[in-house]
Amino acid sequence: MTKHTPANQDSFTSSAGRQLLAFGAASIAGVIVLMMALSWASSLTSTGSISTDAVDVTNNTLTLFLREEPPQLNSSLSTDTVSGSVLGHVMEGLLRYDEHNRLAPGIAERWEINEDGALFHLRPDARWSDGKSLTAHDFVFAWQVALDPKTASEYSFILYPVKNAEAINKGELPLSDIGARAIDDRTLEVTFERPIAYFDKLVAFSTYYPIRQDFYESTDGSYGSDAHTLLYNGPFVISRWVHGANLLMEKNPEYWDLDRAKVDKLDFAYITSDASATLNLFKDDKIAYATLQAENLNNAMEQGWDIFRFMDGSVFYIEFNHRPERPTRNLNLRKAMLYAQDSAELVFKVTKLPGYLPGVSLFPVWLQGVNTFFRQEYPAPRAQLNLEKARYHLELAKQELGVEEIPPLVLLTGDNPISNIQSEYYQQIFSKNLGLDLKIDKQIFKQRLAKMLSGDFDLVLAGWGPDYDDPLTFADLFASFNLNNRGRYENPEFDKWVRVAQSSQDVQERMDAFGEIQQILFDDVVIIPNYERGITYVTHPQMRGMVRRAVGPDPDFTNAYIVE
Amino acid sequence: MLRYTLKRLFQGLITVWFIATATFFAMHNVPGDPLANDKAATEEIRANLEAKYGLDKPLVQQYLIYMGNILRGDFGISFTQKNRRVNDIIAEHFPISAILGILAVVFAGLGGVLWGALTALYRNRLPDIIIMFLVILGISVPSFVVAAISQLALVNLNDAVNFSLLPVAGWGTVWHMLVPSLVLGLGTMAYLTRLMRSSMLEIVNSDYIRTAKAKGLPPTRIFANHQMRNAILPVVTVLGPSIAAITTGGFVVELVFAIPGLGRYFVQAVQQLDYTVIMGTTVFYGAFLVFMVIVVDLLYGWIDPRVRLE
Repeated sequence: MTKHTPANQDSFTSSAGRQLLAFGAASIAGVIVLMMALSWASSLTSTGSISTDAVDVTNNTLTLFLREEPPQLNSSLSTDTVSGSVLGHVMEGLLRYDEHNRLAPGIAERWEINEDGALFHLRPDARWSDGKSLTAHDFVFAWQVALDPKTASEYSFILYPVKNAEAINKGELPLSDIGARAIDDRTLEVTFERPIAYFDKLVAFSTYYPIRQDFYESTDGSYGSDAHTLLYNGPFVISRWVHGANLLMEKNPEYWDLDRAKVDKLDFAYITSDASATLNLFKDDKIAYATLQAENLNNAMEQGWDIFRFMDGSVFYIEFNHRPERPTRNLNLRKAMLYAQDSAELVFKVTKLPGYLPGVSLFPVWLQGVNTFFRQEYPAPRAQLNLEKARYHLELAKQELGVEEIPPLVLLTGDNPISNIQSEYYQQIFSKNLGLDLKIDKQIFKQRLAKMLSGDFDLVLAGWGPDYDDPLTFADLFASFNLNNRGRYENPEFDKWVRVAQSSQDVQERMDAFGEIQQILFDDVVIIPNYERGITYVTHPQMRGMVRRAVGPDPDFTNAYIVE
Repeated sequence: MLRYTLKRLFQGLITVWFIATATFFAMHNVPGDPLANDKAATEEIRANLEAKYGLDKPLVQQYLIYMGNILRGDFGISFTQKNRRVNDIIAEHFPISAILGILAVVFAGLGGVLWGALTALYRNRLPDIIIMFLVILGISVPSFVVAAISQLALVNLNDAVNFSLLPVAGWGTVWHMLVPSLVLGLGTMAYLTRLMRSSMLEIVNSDYIRTAKAKGLPPTRIFANHQMRNAILPVVTVLGPSIAAITTGGFVVELVFAIPGLGRYFVQAVQQLDYTVIMGTTVFYGAFLVFMVIVVDLLYGWIDPRVRLE
């Protein structure tokens, strides 16, 4: 090995060091040139620049974010809540939800609904965003599109109360046989398949939004996939939609009620589902509202932000498998589990999510009853944690099943942080309190659905969100004929009350039916309620009038305005 | 040279075909149903959906139809974004991922060579110790942590100067690119630094350097022409796969910084079992990776005359 003198080594090192310095400087210069070139290249992809603040008083603009990119904005195909929220700003149905979450006249200025059908009188000044008049034909066409088997709409079932709709969707009848008819441009006549008490609530749903035939056909199958392939009739129009990046709404000058929208532009400048990213954008004054996670709550309170809470409408519960070969078919086993857990403990001590309510009933707190809230008029029966009772039922269950020990039970669950905590809580508490052995089967979304459908579980952590503002959207879940009844619960008594609620025109009678259903759900322990989901969020102090709702477009910025 | 290139391209084509076939059958055998959604579909709705996407045909026939479509350059229509063609998704979002990726690779490559050479030069002295400590951090801390921390740092920076110095998230200008691409390139930069350092150290003690020194060559020539040029070879070797990994692996960074790149669609498609998007992106990325490896091999021959391309 050659030995250099230290002096030699150092001169070599310093010379090489100088060269590296030069290399570094050249690199930085090179990178700057490269970045300028890339910036030019990216301007070709026309993403649109983003530099505005959350609240822009001079341009009367709010900057916001979307949790996800809307898959597409064809109202006859949309199923998800993000599309629902966007569509709610740019489209309007016969009826709509107002800022107090009450049904209000939309394109229809008045309507009559009776047992056989409905008559909607459209307002004469309703227009499409290209200035042409909006007519009753546009509704008939939209419903035909949704029911056409070729469209393959997943929400076509929501149109089934309309006469012949189901047969058309099956391909048994031609589209022209639909029980909806434009008597003239301003009058829409609907015939029902069977009597229905909540049709006014259904027509506010996005599948019932109008579509104009000539425009739909001109898009050649790409209706609603881009800003320019959609025709608008709501308070806003989409003037720019860069997929995955941003979506800009501007006030629709053709809308019949120009005073409704208060801001000129809604700039959904960011699309990300990352909660900390949106909170960082909010902190940086780039977006006007953000959702809070449990870990950010204290920080948000320290910052003195305006914190709000609302119930997003969804209910979560343990669903049992009632198929004959399953141990969970045994009522006493289900009762044992019911009395061995405490949803308040789950929500307040285990998951600790801000805004969540302990689950009590399948019917969430916000549902309307006859005069006030349903749950006030029909208080839900509650099970208190009672180990003695739980073990008593467990013993009965063992006797009835003829076993010494209950075999291990499979708890099917999704793969997200909340389900993980929740499933581990139940595994631990049922083991401690009842000596039951729960095997957690964690699956990603589509696989979990497949297993639910084929009945490959004993217990499953499930949930349900409402489609329309009526207790029936929850009540028919466990009817024997409902496809979403994945545990195959069957009870003729239950089905009977569902039929009453479906067809009765009398509010009191319907609510009584829901009360009976709530009681059966408890007596038969069809489910164990876990929680009702709540959302806590922060808003910019200069933004007012943002509307959150459990049913219908959420969040809704149509009525939002800026204070100085 | 031309023959070699053609031969490699042909092999690449076979590889891509194999990737497409394997993905197709693996995907169809994954448990779960691409058409399932939160709400159960009635039989008629399901049948309508199956007919629309051609899932009602036997698997082999689906495969043949699909391959025919790929040859015509048609990746089909997305299952989740029902009115969007997969070709459009790739065409709109890949350039963004590519820009981010190129910048990240450049940061990683230049930084790796620079820091690697520096640490080798100051071996076991303070700069070496500091940089190697950072390198270990860079390799072991996952990108979602780095992304989240750097975003928080940006918020605090903007807050401190009371002015939007650098954007926290989004896409559109040069300033939006800077931090995400640094974050994206960090892991590779750390890896390349280690590689460069060890290959530099290996070369310092080699015979030809000793000869060069004995000949009395000026330090400038020894360092630049003999040490750096030879030490850089292993770096170039891993650069090819790194480019592909970086351009395709930006999912987390794209999510955190709200960048509309292709990585997001790729990952979401797998989670949602969106068959056409899975196939489209996999075939596209597969072809891209194969192509990058070929390019690097050709480059290798150019940098190192000892390597014969045959």
